[in-house]
Amino acid sequence: MVLGNYKNCVSARAADPAILSASQDGGIVTQLFAFALEEGIIDGAIVAGQGDEPYKPEPVVATTVAELMEARGTRYTICPNVSMIKEATRSYGLDKVGIVGTPCQIQAVRKAQLYPMGMRAVPDKIALAIGIFCMENFPYQGLETMVEDLCNVKMESAVKMDIGKGKFSVYTERGAVSQIPLKLTHKFEQGGCHVCLDYVANLADVSTGSVGSPDGWSTVFTRTKAGESIWGKAIEAGYFETKPIEDVKPGLDLVTKLATDKITKNQKTLDERASFGVGKGLRNPYI
Amino acid sequence: MGLLSRLKEIFTGNKPEEPEAASEPVTVPEPSAAPKSAAAPEPVTVPEARPEAKPAVKPGDVKVEKKPETQEMEEKPVAEKITIGHVHMSGCTGCLVSLADNYEGLFTLLDNYADLNYCLTLADVRDIPKMDVALVEGSVCINDHHSVEDIKKARENATIVVALGSCAAYGNITRFARGGQWNQPQHEAYVPIGDLINVDLHLPGCPPSKEAIRNVAVMAYLLLRGTDEQKELAAAYLKPLMDLAQRGNEACGCDLIYDVINQGICMGCGTCAAACPVRAITIEGGKPNVDRDLCIKCGACYAQCPRSFFNFDVMNQFEAISEAIDAAMGKGDE
Repeated sequence: MVLGNYKNCVSARAADPAILSASQDGGIVTQLFAFALEEGIIDGAIVAGQGDEPYKPEPVVATTVAELMEARGTRYTICPNVSMIKEATRSYGLDKVGIVGTPCQIQAVRKAQLYPMGMRAVPDKIALAIGIFCMENFPYQGLETMVEDLCNVKMESAVKMDIGKGKFSVYTERGAVSQIPLKLTHKFEQGGCHVCLDYVANLADVSTGSVGSPDGWSTVFTRTKAGESIWGKAIEAGYFETKPIEDVKPGLDLVTKLATDKITKNQKTLDERASFGVGKGLRNPYI
Repeated sequence: MGLLSRLKEIFTGNKPEEPEAASEPVTVPEPSAAPKSAAAPEPVTVPEARPEAKPAVKPGDVKVEKKPETQEMEEKPVAEKITIGHVHMSGCTGCLVSLADNYEGLFTLLDNYADLNYCLTLADVRDIPKMDVALVEGSVCINDHHSVEDIKKARENATIVVALGSCAAYGNITRFARGGQWNQPQHEAYVPIGDLINVDLHLPGCPPSKEAIRNVAVMAYLLLRGTDEQKELAAAYLKPLMDLAQRGNEACGCDLIYDVINQGICMGCGTCAAACPVRAITIEGGKPNVDRDLCIKCGACYAQCPRSFFNFDVMNQFEAISEAIDAAMGKGDE
């Protein structure tokens, strides 16, 4: 269960150079939502749009490709995408909703479909849930500290941030790269991430992330019938370039390793929580 | 997974047919029978094992003008159904409306899975009968002895008591009632049903969504009438809601603070904000912020939070379960 149930896995990148120009890796999420929008598979998608402050995203309902394009790229901080889910179906009146989220957010979406106590008219309207690989997230102030204090870059002048190869990197508008070892970022992680037992968004229709694929490409898992069918149509329509995952380096082994690491580490946290106090423990959400 | 494919098989194809054991015929009053006949065409085709007294008159007959002959049409005792009663305490009827919002799905439920054998609004039965599942809506006004007797009777006569909606589960807005209603000014004290009786299952929400009610009804059917495997699935599905009933009779947006944020497991997904029916929750700094003046204490935010409960057994099979429920309701699966 480390990689969850999946039907297929490939390495892929968007065929559209405009999307790739500012995407994080292979531009999978933007390109797939753009395809689904154009084909009428979804009426709109909940994505992490630009907020008031640099790199502080806000969830938005994108109903055009232009709005999707504005939301490209990863912001390594919390964006409560699920908070828009009822807004999308009720206020925006979408019948077929796309949503992108971290593994925990996709878990929330699936819970909302199976136990929709407060989610009127949501369960049957999720048409495409894209999950992104996630090790942990940072509160905005944590990210700000990492970028401004540790990397010496103003948030306003950062054009891209990236985590990979054991480093947290910030690219500036003048072409400089500022890097710190990932180890230094650990203390800024959001505490709630440390009980999460999912790295690759097991419950998404399609999940994707850079790990396992070469630079500029993403690893893509199709997991459900819906995900498989939409991905298949997008490939057929020529929206993606793909390579078999077996042919690329570092491949699935690295994904498996990182996923195992996350699950082992967080399972340990969960176990420790059970005896956190003296004769008293903390809550375990997984019952 | 074998469990689910079997489950689907049962819903889609070979429905176990049994000679009708005369369970009490549902007496349907004219007012509710009339709309039923108007909407009947599609759902009626569903059950294969239709007893003999059902000639082909019905499909041709459903023109809107004729309503007098509706009396006989519901008299089909279908074995294997469970009985569900809707017990109405002090509430706004919103939960019942939410149940009815299943539209044709409600007819599928009533045709194939459940008899609504008590429901002040939809069925003409005065006394609370024996039933498998009592869906109780609303809180109990303890100044009104009828209410108190009703809830006790419901507990005695029902196998499973479900607190349908937040008033029954937590008091919800009736927590704020101060009496002074025009014709009953002395009615001023309202308690959730769990203060007076043991409640088996909480289904919070103001109101709970129609899909949630449908899921619980289908799962209750499986729990009571299914095979061993189905019972297992239904039990796994219903357990967290039973745990909610054990957790207590009070809810508030503060539960998010006490049991999620203070416990260090909130990750800022925003589910609570979406679930809140009164928009009392915003996300500030990546964590929920509850406006306590707006909070009506319905408990939807906490119940919906993926970090309040998350059962991997059930959730990992979300696709198959959704398909099975769709199949049970006679849709999807082409």
